[in-house]
Amino acid sequence: MDHNPKILTRGLSVYYGQKQALREISMDVPRNRVTALIGPSGCGKSTYLRSLNRMNDLIDNVRTTGSVEIDGLNIYDRAVDVVELRKRVGMIFQKSNPFPKSIFDNVAYGPRINGVGDRRRLEEIVEKSLKRAALWDEIKDDLRKSGLALSGGQQQRLCIARALAVDPGVLLMDEPASALDPIATAKIEELIYELKQNYTIVIVTHNMQQAARVSDLTAFFYIGELVEMGETKKMFTTPEKKQTEEYITGRFG
Amino acid sequence: MGQSMQRHFVQELEILKTTIIKMGGMTEHAIDDAVKALLERRGDLAKMVIEQDPRIDAFEIEIDDAVVDLLALQQPVATDLRFIVAALKINSELERIGDHAVNIAQSALQYSTLPPVLMHDDIPRMARIARGMLHDAIDGFIQNNAPLCRGVLKNDDIIDDLNRRVVKELVENIRREPVCLDQALELVRVSRNLERVADLSTNIAEEVIFMAEARVVKHRFGERDGK
Repeated sequence: MDHNPKILTRGLSVYYGQKQALREISMDVPRNRVTALIGPSGCGKSTYLRSLNRMNDLIDNVRTTGSVEIDGLNIYDRAVDVVELRKRVGMIFQKSNPFPKSIFDNVAYGPRINGVGDRRRLEEIVEKSLKRAALWDEIKDDLRKSGLALSGGQQQRLCIARALAVDPGVLLMDEPASALDPIATAKIEELIYELKQNYTIVIVTHNMQQAARVSDLTAFFYIGELVEMGETKKMFTTPEKKQTEEYITGRFG
Repeated sequence: MGQSMQRHFVQELEILKTTIIKMGGMTEHAIDDAVKALLERRGDLAKMVIEQDPRIDAFEIEIDDAVVDLLALQQPVATDLRFIVAALKINSELERIGDHAVNIAQSALQYSTLPPVLMHDDIPRMARIARGMLHDAIDGFIQNNAPLCRGVLKNDDIIDDLNRRVVKELVENIRREPVCLDQALELVRVSRNLERVADLSTNIAEEVIFMAEARVVKHRFGERDGK
């Protein structure tokens, strides 16, 4: 398949106190593709996602062993600047969280604190990010409007624009559409399809049909283990493991 | 970016439709050429039809794959679902029509090696009607045109009658002039294959009507031509 994966995980284990949430996960995430993580509640998919930009570090009593390499660099290395990491590996959450600021300031926030002061440059970045997040046409006439005044689907796309503004290579999405209505969901799914041309995307979803529609590869997690991973087409037509088949067809979980 | 993005699923449906249209075109040509090979006694053309049948078979596999993928990955509903199910069935019917073209070509090949002592006038007529039915059924699919396909259904009985008459008259021919036996057998075979082409074209037309109107017309005589 891909001989130059964007993200390489080797023997990754994560513990919340005594409880082992992830068991020696080894998998490759290919660049510029959408990889979906599926599995029943508590299977470790969100834990895995968060380990890709060290968001688990923010949780008390978490211990991580093994390695996660992004572009050849182990992100758990002591020398790694975690703030810089989270620019390069952005995250979108289930509940959108725009800042209580204008649309413009939401998107400009990241570039500003990274030292971009020139007004024109900021405007370019904001416009480019909003266009890439497929939100520009809907709000271009009033960028001073509050981010909180947007609809749910628009807020989510605003959060995506905000992540894009700091030029990430990877976008992590944790159930990005589960709080949205079907039309807003369809827009997000179509956006993901467009974004993968330029970004590596990893998405956690409890909606298998969404994983089938949107992803190129699917990884099935169960009780902290990676049970099976493969091309989405194959996973949803001829999965290899019986467990995978049973989960996908709804026989359990 | 900024224009409304056409869902890539819709693009996949368009590709599927285009592939079926290509397969339909290829199948129509196969029937055309096979019949021409018979009427003009051209063994070379008959051979070409036989050699090109694997291309039609390859299309069948490609379309089957595409349909399974669309069903698994996109969960289509309503018109999209009816279209995809129709595509699957039409695919199978076109492949069988391709096989009948091969049968006709095989008869044409054999017939071209025999002395030209026998032809039945209704065979070119049947060929014209059958080709027309196939063409209209495929056009109906392309245009989502149910009325055009209803017209196809009406022709099925005409071909059935012609086939019966042709076979009957050829059998009488064999009785009167046994020396024409070989030619007559090939013509009987062609007639039966043309009747099957018409049947399969009727099936395609029925699928299109279902796809376009969500009405099942197969196996229901009242819907068809008041018979």
